[in-house]
Amino acid sequence: MIRAVIVMNDKGKPRLVKFYEFQPVEKQQELIRSIYGVLCSRAEKVSNFIRADSILGPDARLVYKTYATLYFVFIFDTSENELAILDLMQVFVEALDKCFSNVCELDIVFNFNKVHSILDEIILGGQVIETSSSEVVKAVEEAYRCSSSNSSFTPVVN
Amino acid sequence: MFGGPSLMDSIFQRSLEDLIKSFRLHLPGGEPTVVSKALDEIRYEIRSTDLTTKAAALQKLTYLHSLHHADMSWAAFHAVELSSSAFLPHKRAAYLAASLSFRPSTDVLLLLTNQLRKDLTSTNHLEVSLALECLSVICTPDLARDLSPDLFTMLGSSKNLVRKKAIATTLRVFSQYSDAVRVCFKKLVENLESGDVQTVSATVGVFCELALREPRAYLPLAPEFYRILVDSRNNWVLIKVLKVFAKLAALDPRLAKKVVEPICEHMRRSGAKSLVFECVRTILSSLSVYESAVKLAVAKVREFLVDDDQNLRYLGLQALSVVGLKHLWAVRENKEVVIRSLSDADPNIKLQALQLVMAMVSEDNVTEICRVLITYALKADPEFCNEILGFILSACSRNVYEIIIDFDWYVSLLGEISRIPHCQKGEEIENQLTDIGMRVEDVRPELVHVGRNLLIDPALLGNPFIHRILCGAAWVSGEYVQFSTNQIELMEALLQPRTNLLPPSIRAVYIQSAFKVLTFCLNVAFLPNEAAYSSSSCPINEYSASPSFAGHESLADCEQDEFLNLRVLSQSVKAPSVKNGGDTAVNHVKTSASLPLRNDILTQKSADKMFTLVKTALAPLVGSHEVEIHERVCNILGLLELTQNEISDGFSMEKGNFESEELKAYEIIKMMRDAFSEEIGPVAVSARDRVPIPEGLVLEENLHYLETICGDIQFPISSSFFLGRPHSGERDGVSFFNRPIIEVSESSNESTLLTEHRKRHGLYYLPSDKKEVVSCEYPPANDPKMQDDITDDAEDLVKLTEQSLVRKKKPSQAKPRPVVLKLDEGDEISVAAEKPESKDDMVSGALRELLFGSDAIPPSTQINSSDKLSSKRSGKVSEVNENVGNVRKSECGTPSSRKSKHHSHGKERERRSSEKNVEVREENGQSNKQKSGHRHGRHKARQRADGVANVVSQTPVIPDFLL
Repeated sequence: MIRAVIVMNDKGKPRLVKFYEFQPVEKQQELIRSIYGVLCSRAEKVSNFIRADSILGPDARLVYKTYATLYFVFIFDTSENELAILDLMQVFVEALDKCFSNVCELDIVFNFNKVHSILDEIILGGQVIETSSSEVVKAVEEAYRCSSSNSSFTPVVN
Repeated sequence: MFGGPSLMDSIFQRSLEDLIKSFRLHLPGGEPTVVSKALDEIRYEIRSTDLTTKAAALQKLTYLHSLHHADMSWAAFHAVELSSSAFLPHKRAAYLAASLSFRPSTDVLLLLTNQLRKDLTSTNHLEVSLALECLSVICTPDLARDLSPDLFTMLGSSKNLVRKKAIATTLRVFSQYSDAVRVCFKKLVENLESGDVQTVSATVGVFCELALREPRAYLPLAPEFYRILVDSRNNWVLIKVLKVFAKLAALDPRLAKKVVEPICEHMRRSGAKSLVFECVRTILSSLSVYESAVKLAVAKVREFLVDDDQNLRYLGLQALSVVGLKHLWAVRENKEVVIRSLSDADPNIKLQALQLVMAMVSEDNVTEICRVLITYALKADPEFCNEILGFILSACSRNVYEIIIDFDWYVSLLGEISRIPHCQKGEEIENQLTDIGMRVEDVRPELVHVGRNLLIDPALLGNPFIHRILCGAAWVSGEYVQFSTNQIELMEALLQPRTNLLPPSIRAVYIQSAFKVLTFCLNVAFLPNEAAYSSSSCPINEYSASPSFAGHESLADCEQDEFLNLRVLSQSVKAPSVKNGGDTAVNHVKTSASLPLRNDILTQKSADKMFTLVKTALAPLVGSHEVEIHERVCNILGLLELTQNEISDGFSMEKGNFESEELKAYEIIKMMRDAFSEEIGPVAVSARDRVPIPEGLVLEENLHYLETICGDIQFPISSSFFLGRPHSGERDGVSFFNRPIIEVSESSNESTLLTEHRKRHGLYYLPSDKKEVVSCEYPPANDPKMQDDITDDAEDLVKLTEQSLVRKKKPSQAKPRPVVLKLDEGDEISVAAEKPESKDDMVSGALRELLFGSDAIPPSTQINSSDKLSSKRSGKVSEVNENVGNVRKSECGTPSSRKSKHHSHGKERERRSSEKNVEVREENGQSNKQKSGHRHGRHKARQRADGVANVVSQTPVIPDFLL
């Protein structure tokens, strides 16, 4: 299963953190920090894998990809295929791109809830449930269309 | 208005977006202030009765929690409260907050149960989705128990979107509450035949996870998986099915035979690298007996290895290391690529390649491979350099230096490694230096030579990473000082001023080694006649005339520098061994016991020089605050004081030919030397247990009361060894430096005991079954008998060496491999033959019950809480049981896993079974005894169903699931 999905920027600031098994906040923080430590030491144009045994335990694998200023990190175990997860990452980014038309870091920063919704359409409980980005976008748009009539939570000032 | 925010507050509430903006505006370092300010605000707002205000506050809090690690456990109830809102965005905010912040111990979790059930059964699939997403993360045993009936309904939902989410959620629910398997399993299996690809994908994904934990339980589903393997064209589904078969194929060879061809077909046909790689991995890890399939897979691996994509190269190397365990040819075939990968830009690829290179190492090629690797290490960055060195050291020392034939080469390689600039493997090299010294007799001269080269280089003392290596070098130089060609030089090296750069613990080793060198030198100076008597049988004795003559000359000619003299001497020492030709090895062994040749190493002048050297170097250290240093310095200076005068007198009176036996100093020195000349060998951890307790010594008497205190502490009985390292057991410097001292004071016990033992057995290890032979009558220290023992000992060794010359394999080897001491059972690598523990879990237990309808293990954790519910559901349960119970399956192999299960839950079960024992007996009167131990009278209905199924499963037939 997929254990965690983390998006962080090139300064190590987390932008999306989703663990599919419960981890205390302190542990999450520590993991993100040590993963960032490894990530920023890696040269460009090297493989997308990190040996994560020391950080995450013997079975864990870690795949990351850099998109502009963002690192996308997926942590998973032996029941996933590394290359397939790289594809899945692409699906996720495509879905983000379609939802926000030309996604950039700011979109992810300001759309905390929607990014979570998008991710939830792709991965649920650590299992991959959708691998087509257009299906994902369709589902998310449907979910948000229903609430668009009353999209703002802040009352409108008359 | 009390308690809650006013309308005005709500109107001017900051939204999540405002909060994020404030984060972006704050000055560097001001983040904590922003967070705490926002938290204050949220605490106030979240109490609002207006749900919109509450939702906005909760969203902000969730954001702070998730990305700024703020605590939000206090707000758990607000999330529960908000989840009941009919307005979807509120519900979404509430469930997101719950899934990101709830922990299993969150106490309001149970309050969410009803809301979750309501949403799961909602007609709005968006609400169902939200509830499922939340449940899949926060699910606890209680939630799983209460909601599994609803989940069951959803597994048959007509909406694909809902169904696939429900399927993914089952995994989590199963792991929390295994009885859910009974409810949902059949529905789950049905989804394998769904027409919707995503549904099948999710289902196979769940089975993949389950099968990884307990593959055997899923064998009956093999036909389903096989159909998917052949028919499906979806790569995601195929990858998961392959993972399932990788596990199942190991269990049933007929299944393996059946799936090989379809897998190869996918490998040939597919253009998707991920699928091809998964095929390759499956073949190489689980189906490696099928030669043609392996050949095809290795061909694919080769394509990966030469690909431009470094991910494929990395995975290719990984696949190679998998196949390398069984088919080394696959690695050898790709040797060039592997070696080339050592200089890849990617550290992952380099490391993987290094692992492969080390996998190829054998005694034939170890020299070349190490040569290549050292050149790589020299140009690599520090980190990778040390990886390489670590690999070399561990590969070469594997299984007590199994692959090393030429120890002289290896020891000089160690010396070379020590001088590599980035080398940080000091500790490991130190251990190996001392370990080899103790184990391999023949290599000691080279070892001392390598040690000397390290010690005399003052530059090395400035590098802290090398200190440990120097420590090892100092130890071997002191312990095997008889092989040193120039003791004075060695002494100078050990006492050079720059040794003050060493940490005290290592400096103490230096001083102790200097002590040994001094004792040795004094001893040979005194010993000429004695040595001649005691070793008259020694063939090299006849040459002793010429060196001693040289000694006289130098004494007469005081102008001559004693170093020149020593050089002459060392040449003359070498000469005889050259003449002796082939017997050199034998000579070494003999000379190690007593060295009659060096009798004139110490002239008066050189003796004086050594005394001054020691005094000037060590006298300032008498006041050292480090006890270890202080103690050793006192020892060595004390020895000097005792002997110096008499020696100087002896020289002046007798002109070198003193009647040393008369002197008190002689006695002392001989005693010291005897103590030091006892060989130190590798010691097995269990060695002490084999020494019989002497009569009259009552152990444990006074400590008896401790048993009540530490009764339940189990002392680890380790099978690992000290590997002869003097201080690996209680490795804290102190005990290490105590060791030689102990040796001096206790030589009466230990050393003679050992010699005695060796004499009787002619071998260098302690056999475990012969405890009684060790004599309890210890000869006193310095008993002349001991000297004989040593020579006996030496003869034994000669015999051993000769035996080892008759080698069984590799007669073509130019150089015979020297004897390497091994302890009886000890030195086999402790690749602990631990059997992989059967990961029996509750799910598979429940599943087995379901699939086989027979005696499975009821899950033990849920017992108390689930009783009520189970009985409520028991009708449905038994129905499912009967349906699936038809699948017949032998129980072979499962008893063991069941047993382990039994142990792990032993306590609770025992309690339970004793309660229910009577009932069980009544219920299962006719079922066989062997199985009754595992039964419980949990549900009467199920017991009956089991009774029936049990009879069916009596005949152990393994069905071929694919026929």
